[in-house]
Amino acid sequence: MPQQSAETLASQQKTTSRRPAGTLYRGREGMWSWVLHRITGVAIFFFLLVHILDTALVRVSPEAYNGVISSYQTPIMGLGETALVAAIVFHAFNGLRIILIDFWNAKYQKVMFYVVIGLWVVTMLAFVPRHLMNVFSD
Amino acid sequence: MSTTLEAPRSPYSRSPKKRGINWEKWGWIYMRASGVVLVVLIFGHLFVNLMIGEGVSALNFAFVAGKLTNPFWQTWDVLMLWLALIHGGNGMRTLVNDYATTRLTRGILKSSILAAVVILIVLGTLVIYTFDACPAGSPADLLPSFCSAN
Repeated sequence: MPQQSAETLASQQKTTSRRPAGTLYRGREGMWSWVLHRITGVAIFFFLLVHILDTALVRVSPEAYNGVISSYQTPIMGLGETALVAAIVFHAFNGLRIILIDFWNAKYQKVMFYVVIGLWVVTMLAFVPRHLMNVFSD
Repeated sequence: MSTTLEAPRSPYSRSPKKRGINWEKWGWIYMRASGVVLVVLIFGHLFVNLMIGEGVSALNFAFVAGKLTNPFWQTWDVLMLWLALIHGGNGMRTLVNDYATTRLTRGILKSSILAAVVILIVLGTLVIYTFDACPAGSPADLLPSFCSAN
């Protein structure tokens, strides 16, 4: 019996340790990529609902569609679109990372998180200046 | 009355094997399969609508009409609509299962998600396939140039 309680104590110390080890989803890269995946996913979902409704206005009249789309062409919405693309690009690359974790090798999940961040930065560098030029010119 | 204890290390017993489709498994597979396709579809969508030419400032009825009369973009958009809404709806269902604590809120939230997904898929599909690029009585300067060609 004393032996068992010593074992229990050791395992408790292990699980309450401030530095979790050997888990994909508790703390550090694994957890933060998961948190970001959820937040970006929810944001994209609600945008998608609105986006289908606004596009459906093409079936109402050209005036109705142009009216709502012109509100997307303002500077404030332009910044919103930048945030939306940022969310989509992260969700896309991190989604591919999840697929690679599931079907290839979970060992590289941390490295792949930084690859996701890197690809996200590169994609945003290609997109943001061009988009902001389109939004803020004339 | 004696009860028999299972060996401590034996795997937990599942309820007698249920026959039928394992929906959670197919949901899991769907998220990954649709995800890969959606990366291509949505990156293409964003590139064509926001990067090429004047980007967002070039979007108007005539631009969308030009795309939606093309079977290639029709198919692209319908695929994107179905795959994205089901992917998003299933993702939201996962969050509701994780965070909604009572049976009632879970039921309300998941039925709302299902309703939103079904209504928008029907609406979007109808819009894409019943679209009229040259509605009668609309000012010609709002319509795509091919409307006045004949």
